[in-house]
Amino acid sequence: MKQQVFEQKYQGCWSRVAEIVSLGKAGYDEDFPNLFRSICHHLAIAKHRRYSPQLVERLNAQVIQAHHLFYQHNARFKMQWLYFFVWQFPQTLRNNYRFIFASLLLFALPMLAMGLACYLNPEFIYSMSSAEEVMKYEAMYDPSNNVLGRERDSSSDIQMFGFYIKHNIGISFQMFAGGMLAGFGSVFYLIFNGLAIGGVAGHLTQLGYTSTFYPFVVGHGSFELTALVFAGAAGLKLGYSIISPGAYSRLEALRIAGRDAIVIMYGVAVMLLIAAFIEAFWSSTAELPQVVKYSVGAVLWAAVLGYCILSGRRHGS
Amino acid sequence: MPKASTDTALLDTTYKVETPEAIDLSAQLAGPVPRALAFSADLLLRSIVLSILFIILAIGGKAGVGIFLIVSFVLEWFYPVLFEVLYKGQTPGKRWMNIAVVNDDLTPVSWSTSIIRNLLRAVDFLPLCYVFGFFTMVMTNCFQRLGDIAAGSVVVHRQKTLPLATTLPKVTPTPPSFDLGLDDVVAFTGFVERDAALTTARKQELADMLSGVTQKTGPEAVSFIQGIGCWLLGERK
Repeated sequence: MKQQVFEQKYQGCWSRVAEIVSLGKAGYDEDFPNLFRSICHHLAIAKHRRYSPQLVERLNAQVIQAHHLFYQHNARFKMQWLYFFVWQFPQTLRNNYRFIFASLLLFALPMLAMGLACYLNPEFIYSMSSAEEVMKYEAMYDPSNNVLGRERDSSSDIQMFGFYIKHNIGISFQMFAGGMLAGFGSVFYLIFNGLAIGGVAGHLTQLGYTSTFYPFVVGHGSFELTALVFAGAAGLKLGYSIISPGAYSRLEALRIAGRDAIVIMYGVAVMLLIAAFIEAFWSSTAELPQVVKYSVGAVLWAAVLGYCILSGRRHGS
Repeated sequence: MPKASTDTALLDTTYKVETPEAIDLSAQLAGPVPRALAFSADLLLRSIVLSILFIILAIGGKAGVGIFLIVSFVLEWFYPVLFEVLYKGQTPGKRWMNIAVVNDDLTPVSWSTSIIRNLLRAVDFLPLCYVFGFFTMVMTNCFQRLGDIAAGSVVVHRQKTLPLATTLPKVTPTPPSFDLGLDDVVAFTGFVERDAALTTARKQELADMLSGVTQKTGPEAVSFIQGIGCWLLGERK
């Protein structure tokens, strides 16, 4: 069959496909799968028969468009989020418990060591932070202040909410991305944040500011610290897949690791959002007695840990 | 997953994928330059939006600053994600350059793919100004930066579908008087179909290359070859 006869014969089919593609989702009808297969077939024939490159190119472009429409992702958002929170996220965490423990150690050990060092030696904090920074922290948690956290009046809760979102979630994303550097980026961020948090906690404890610092951090810490450890674990998982890909090629191993890691990161982002909310609107209230803050903190910690350990154990794989 | 293959014999930016329909789709990969330009355009756009927003929200006092910080966070990390997934793989900058992000099987980019590739921007940016991203892009077969490698995405040029009716030159179709291989047939038909896109001088130049076969030069050679091309396409008079 000569090219022109071929073109005339299937012209109708091609213009019909073009019409459907230009309408997008609205044009998608029962005929489309058949038409799509037809033009795929036409493309294969055109290539095989060595019709002109222009025709092949034109058909190729049209097939790509139809391919996009045909394989569009039909996101069924209805109950997906519920599935994610009840099953997928906690299950993924548990499937990757090795990375979470590794991340926890990399975060907690420097934190404890630095905390202890700063508690025993009042000068030790200056090995890490400048004098201005230390003064700022001391001023923030001085019990003679009536506002906790960063100095502010109550009208600026929203401002701090925005700050915590931008700052904390940004850090967790970097921790995750650092995994691409064979895990070293994540290790660095985990240790660095561990040292920084431990240093401030140890120093303030040694100053005797316990009545302000701990009630402030206990609430949002439940979400924030665990989420940071999870973000580190997601990064470590990426890094580990590059270092030790096992039976796969490095590329394939990285892709497979990425699938789990991104699920963890979805959860981390939500947890840090909750943490930012608690930190901005709850942790900063100074009027409530300490016992209330500690008990709410204990409930939040129990809820977070209980959720991660227990949720989604029944049915679903 | 369809296995992507790149031709190692030739230095080429054609990206081929075999689809479940058992055909090879091909797309043109976008290199670092159009991608850098697209990124700069997006950066400019984002900065303009942020500065306008900052002026408006500054009136709102501290709460305004809070909202500004949230919006700037979303713009920083999720601006590309939202555009890529909801707008055919294109941010405004990519639309300007006519390039698009797709999954590496040439299907529309999905949420997880787009989120991975955009979160890993943080590493591609290191040590500064996307140096890592640039080096991996020029060192991989498919111009992928680190984020693309991990997510399994490629950036391709959007092909325009040309109008189906091409105008053929007005010549008498003549059957070829010599043997033609399959690739020769493609060369002849391609020459005829590109008639409108080529200048007269270029057409003569190309036709003269075949003077050994056609025994003709100049305009005569052009119309002779076009005649054969038309005949091969199926023109009869």
